[in-house]
Amino acid sequence: MTLAEAPMAEAAAETVLSVEGLTVSVATEGGLRPLVRDASFALRRGETLAIAGESGSGKSITSLAVMGLLPVNVRATAGAVRLGGTDLLRLPEGRLRGLRGDRIAMIFQEPMTSLNPVMTVGAQLVEAIEAHEPLPRREAQARALEALRAVRLSEPEQRLRQYPHELSGGMRQRVMIAMAIALRPDVLIADEPTTALDVTVQREVLDLLRDLRREMGTAIVLITHDMGVVAEMADRVVVMKDGAMVEEGPVRRIFEAPREDYTRALLAAVPRMGSRPAEAPRPRSAPVCALRDLTVRFDLHRGLLGRATHRVHAVEGVSFDIRAGETFALVGESGCGKSTIAKAIAGLVPFEGEIEVAGRKLHGQGDVTRAVRRDAQIVFQDPAASLDPRMRVGDLVAEPLVVHGVGHREERRATVERLFEQVGLSRAQADRYPHEFSGGQRQRICIARALALRPKLIVADESVSALDVSVQARVLALLRDLQQATGVSFLFISHDMAVVDSIADRVAVMFLGQIVEMGTRAQVFGDPRHAYTRRLIEAVPVPDPTHVRPPRERMASEVPSPVRLRTDPPVRLTLRDLGGGHLVAVG
Amino acid sequence: MAGYLLRRLVQSVLILLGVTLVTFFLLYVLPADPVRQIAGRSATAETVESIRRQLGLDQPFWVQYGRYLWNLLHLDLGRSYLQRSEVAELIRARLPPTLLLMAGAILCELVLGLTMGIVAALRPGTATDNGLMIASFVGVSAPQFVVGLLLLYLFGVRLHWLPISGYGTFAHLVLPSLTLGILGAGWYSRMMRSSMVEVLRQDFIRTARAKGLTRRRVILRHALPNAILPIVAMIGIDIGVFMGGIVVVESVFGWPGIGQLAWQAIQRVDIPIIMGVTIVSAVAIVLGNLLADLVAPFIDPRIRLR
Repeated sequence: MTLAEAPMAEAAAETVLSVEGLTVSVATEGGLRPLVRDASFALRRGETLAIAGESGSGKSITSLAVMGLLPVNVRATAGAVRLGGTDLLRLPEGRLRGLRGDRIAMIFQEPMTSLNPVMTVGAQLVEAIEAHEPLPRREAQARALEALRAVRLSEPEQRLRQYPHELSGGMRQRVMIAMAIALRPDVLIADEPTTALDVTVQREVLDLLRDLRREMGTAIVLITHDMGVVAEMADRVVVMKDGAMVEEGPVRRIFEAPREDYTRALLAAVPRMGSRPAEAPRPRSAPVCALRDLTVRFDLHRGLLGRATHRVHAVEGVSFDIRAGETFALVGESGCGKSTIAKAIAGLVPFEGEIEVAGRKLHGQGDVTRAVRRDAQIVFQDPAASLDPRMRVGDLVAEPLVVHGVGHREERRATVERLFEQVGLSRAQADRYPHEFSGGQRQRICIARALALRPKLIVADESVSALDVSVQARVLALLRDLQQATGVSFLFISHDMAVVDSIADRVAVMFLGQIVEMGTRAQVFGDPRHAYTRRLIEAVPVPDPTHVRPPRERMASEVPSPVRLRTDPPVRLTLRDLGGGHLVAVG
Repeated sequence: MAGYLLRRLVQSVLILLGVTLVTFFLLYVLPADPVRQIAGRSATAETVESIRRQLGLDQPFWVQYGRYLWNLLHLDLGRSYLQRSEVAELIRARLPPTLLLMAGAILCELVLGLTMGIVAALRPGTATDNGLMIASFVGVSAPQFVVGLLLLYLFGVRLHWLPISGYGTFAHLVLPSLTLGILGAGWYSRMMRSSMVEVLRQDFIRTARAKGLTRRRVILRHALPNAILPIVAMIGIDIGVFMGGIVVVESVFGWPGIGQLAWQAIQRVDIPIIMGVTIVSAVAIVLGNLLADLVAPFIDPRIRLR
């Protein structure tokens, strides 16, 4: 239940944090340039206020300004940030420091890099406590332990002695939260706290934040791009765009009756599970890619003599067909082996079993020749990192043609121009460099490059994951259009269930290197049979504040490791056909 | 850990073997004739040849080298051609001053270099930063004999603050240590600055500030241990640079260490001493690097020795 459903309680609560007319500017050579303009909102005790927006909206800068943690060349140029009665912007650094971590605390997006790698978890927690309360060491340690228990971390005594690299991402984020709440702050600012986490871990962390708010009465400022998280967590919402507030209101009002066009567009772009109508099944076409018993293992060398004692079972006996003109999706959490399958098809990792691409049967990495790569192209997750910054984008798109000796210079130029138009860019843009484009445009360039050789299959490995939702929606639409126009097949790899639901024809769910469930989109999402599939679907935040989530046992689980002793291979799952091609792992 | 040490030990022995081979070969093909040095100008051809036979220098290269290695295996570095005493004994007597000088130099370069680097990193782009980096550039590019003579002139001759040369008191140690340390301080300040600037950008520094830690604690407890890691690896390599430097510095300041010993031996083609000093230097470099590698996991728990 959210507080929005109890307006009486909301009205009675006092304001703990208020931001009034906050303007934050960056010093550039041309003078001050505003990053956030005239932002105002208030946060009441025990309330969760979500600041939602896409990248560049100024939502993170706003939170850093509240904490007084802005980068050196950025500063608050107008307005006030009041915590209780004091204006934090006017406070000298020494007094602000006393409040930071004590009355107002913050957790960040990247749990992997937000903890000091050379200090134990315990030392980092104790230090946070001792910075504000002069306690004897023993007592501070007891408080640290208590905080770790509060975030439901398993074996807390042991965790105190461990270093961050010994913990998983979810565990590290729990440590971050423990550090932030150890002194029971009035305000907790959570900047994209679950964006870097797997969906089931995200669910656990969101549950935890909600419980902590209830138990401690901490007010939370939740900064997120994910409207599902907003709907589940927030009492009120501030929508930001390009450094300005677009709209503010109770969460239900924002979702049910958005007043501004931008909010409406933002909500319309959010992929929702189950929103796509069921289609008539496609006629069965011939497969363009078939995996038979694909297995990828990596040996780990440990011990005195560097012998391989352990083995990573990244992919273990995976079989499926991708038919012509179809979008086949692989979903699963990090480490499940979905990207390794993409790498095997591209010939980037050694594999066992058989991969058939466009009629060629491949039995090992060496068989993945240039001709095979011509038929199967990849689009990666990070478009900025997969385009050479020193090459013109037109040359980047033409490069596969050059490598494969297709056409002469003028023909290639014509092809590039045609491809640019096909992916929604103008011909003239071909002469520019990658940094001149936005993230979405760069991904379009990557798609154009993948299309250049007219492949039969495009492997899209988390290709829309790094994009803002509105951009993501347009790129997904582009992929659908391209498929209609060219008949190309997609192997669509994603951790995002809602995105997969919106684009896939057939879906396979992977867990620990094996497929646990496979079928059409309607079969897997509409009638999930495997416990893991259900857990994944259940964990997805629903962008609807009226959605009531069934109560669930609070968990702090971790995905088990695919690393095993060489002498102890994993049990192969058998898939049983429930009818109509709906396969589920048994046993 | 035991396996790691064993492997490093084997590696070290191979490196030392390589060093002896290369040095011995270079001295063998050297046009200067050690026998002429021993015999003096007026010696007859027969005398020269008899000395040559006596020292075994008439033997082919591999026989000479084999004999040297065999002796080395028995920890026998041979006898000096000219000083009429054991090389091991000569080096043992000269080692303490050199170790003292090296300790002084390491202290100088760490204190100077790290302080300059950290101060510059905390104020990037300011006049302080630019000034410090220009100073470090001068430190890196100025030849040691020039630095040594400048320091000598300034603090010894003009100001009379410190003795010009000699060995014995703390005051004697200052100028040679500084001369030897300034080059390293220049390098370290640049490395420390870039390492520190990089670390200060990291997410965990923001976390530390968000916890409400003092600036001092953020820098000393969070930034410094992370930034210092590349420097630790450098100290190991630095021993080698020092070994080159002490030859010059000890001569300039009349410091009775193995650098001076080596300098005299090179002038007189006293092959056993040159070999002995080279081997001792090589051992020091190997040990320095091993030590740096062994210390690294204590600074960064993510590093595992394999």
